[in-house]
Amino acid sequence: MQAFTKLTGIAAPLPKANVDTDQIIPARFLKSISRLGFGKNLFANFRFKEDGSENPDFVLNQEPYRKAEVLIAFENFGCGSSREHAPWALLDFGIRCVIAPDFADIFNNNCFKNGVLPVRLPREICEKLMEDAKMGGNARISVDLERQVVVRPNGEEIPFQTDPLRRHLMLNGLDDIGQTMQHAPAIDGFEDRQRAAQPWLYT
Amino acid sequence: MSAQKPRTLFDKIWDAHVVETLPDGTALLYIDLHLTHEVTTPQAFDGLRAAGRKVRRPDATLAVVDHNIATDDSRRTGIVDPESRLQVETLEKNVVEFGVPYIPLLDDRQGIVHVIGPELGRSLPGMTIVCGDSHTSTHGAMGALAFGIGTSAVEHVLATQTLLQKPAKNMRVSVDGNLAFGCSGKDIVLAIIGKIGTAGGTGHVIEYAGDAIRALDMAGRMTVCNMTIEGGARAGMVAPDQTTFDYIAKTPNGPKNEAFERALEWWKTLPSDAGAHFDKELRLAAHEIAPQVTWGTNPEAVLPITGIVPNPADEGDEAKRAQLQRMVDYMGLTPGQRLTDLKVDVVFVGSCTNSRIEDIRAAAAIAKGRRVADHVRALVVPGSGLVKKQAEAEGLDRILREEPQFRRPSGPRRADPFVEPCHGRRGGTRGPFGRCA
Repeated sequence: MQAFTKLTGIAAPLPKANVDTDQIIPARFLKSISRLGFGKNLFANFRFKEDGSENPDFVLNQEPYRKAEVLIAFENFGCGSSREHAPWALLDFGIRCVIAPDFADIFNNNCFKNGVLPVRLPREICEKLMEDAKMGGNARISVDLERQVVVRPNGEEIPFQTDPLRRHLMLNGLDDIGQTMQHAPAIDGFEDRQRAAQPWLYT
Repeated sequence: MSAQKPRTLFDKIWDAHVVETLPDGTALLYIDLHLTHEVTTPQAFDGLRAAGRKVRRPDATLAVVDHNIATDDSRRTGIVDPESRLQVETLEKNVVEFGVPYIPLLDDRQGIVHVIGPELGRSLPGMTIVCGDSHTSTHGAMGALAFGIGTSAVEHVLATQTLLQKPAKNMRVSVDGNLAFGCSGKDIVLAIIGKIGTAGGTGHVIEYAGDAIRALDMAGRMTVCNMTIEGGARAGMVAPDQTTFDYIAKTPNGPKNEAFERALEWWKTLPSDAGAHFDKELRLAAHEIAPQVTWGTNPEAVLPITGIVPNPADEGDEAKRAQLQRMVDYMGLTPGQRLTDLKVDVVFVGSCTNSRIEDIRAAAAIAKGRRVADHVRALVVPGSGLVKKQAEAEGLDRILREEPQFRRPSGPRRADPFVEPCHGRRGGTRGPFGRCA
């Protein structure tokens, strides 16, 4: 997993609440056997018309947002199906941070597992950032996980909170498995006890 | 330990599987059985390979292909869709490379992962069971803690046999008394979802209790636990009892003889203690549950068969009103129509919710001596090769074949009436405004 320390880039405004994972990556695109390549179908139902051509009205089809690294949205972002393809699609497109008033639980977990940073900020601040983002290429937003601040184009710093363990993993690009492997002796001990008490669980 | 605070079924299974508790309260939870299939594992095996990791407990892992298998003869002649075929071939390569036990496509035991786990005796009481599929809650019917996980978590379990989990809250839904004629587990769970809504169980593990649940056979309990997910809960479970034990005793891979006796001792300690605390409680009277019909495009849009199509104009909340209107339009309905007056186009018995031998028997009992109406297409899809064999041995296929098409075993959700016909296949086999029961 790629570490996330600080990012300064274009932010795309998506002023919608309840953006679900089927909007982020529609079910018909889930058949790949790789984590890569989902970016081309990110928000496919918004980005493309029925004939496959681009919908010029959708923000990610407009300059400079084709190169967006941050997405600003409203409440309950990432609700719906548990598919991990949603953060994979965001990441593959180039979006490494989503800022919203709140996130659906499984999506939030899946983001941290894949180096996509979900930043929770109150609605009124998201509205301000939405306005910043609409300024396009003139307005770069910084997200600093080290200091836990979002820096607006006007220099204003907005603090945010992240879970300390998750922050540590993101800053260092560590995945959960590496972390859990440090508990291997405890897992070994558990298996020894369980094997003795419930041998039918082992073959 | 049990001498102290009374505990729920969930608490007992949870406590028995905590390897360690991290400072923030997250538990490292041990997983007893990991069921895997072709859709949510390719990237997980890829991750293991990239990091040079192994599968920690191949003996606690079972792989089967199910989602991408059509009901036609393509399992023999080759899967047509190239992406589906690639997923299946990738799983077949991965199980060899990582030494994971695998049930091949043409094996009699092959079937929907949520049918075969219990059927083979691999899903047992007191276990923690996971699978990269939301309907893993099905296995809770065995008295296990079973839930769906994402692909990163699949990789985590393959590598460490554990998951990082925050404890869930306890909820109990009791269904008291006897079910009315014509009602089944599915009517119970739909009635519950109709009461609590599609997010009513969020953050909770639901234990189903009461006489009506006790009276259900294992297939009925599996249907209830399967659809728990549609009520937003993390998992559903039913305490193990004699029905459960008798079922396991007949399975090919369940513990035998001395091992069975020893397991039985522990299984009998699992039901919730008297006075155990539940964060949420719901009681339903079984006799008040009528056969349920979902008339719209999500399982919350459920009404008793005696109901009428609601009028969106009567809904106060704007967002809900718009949603109701969309559903009424999509389904081609008129507010005020009686549900019993609606024409049905397709009758489907199958999927991970309803494709066990008990379900096929129920379908055959209804089909016997009757014929399917001319405008109705009837489909019965057994959930595994073993279900199909058993159905044929009982002559159920002959009864059903007189009218509906009795099909080959299939994947779970490709045609799940609560998944596919609601989103995905409009204009497909059902056609616009098609109605599937």
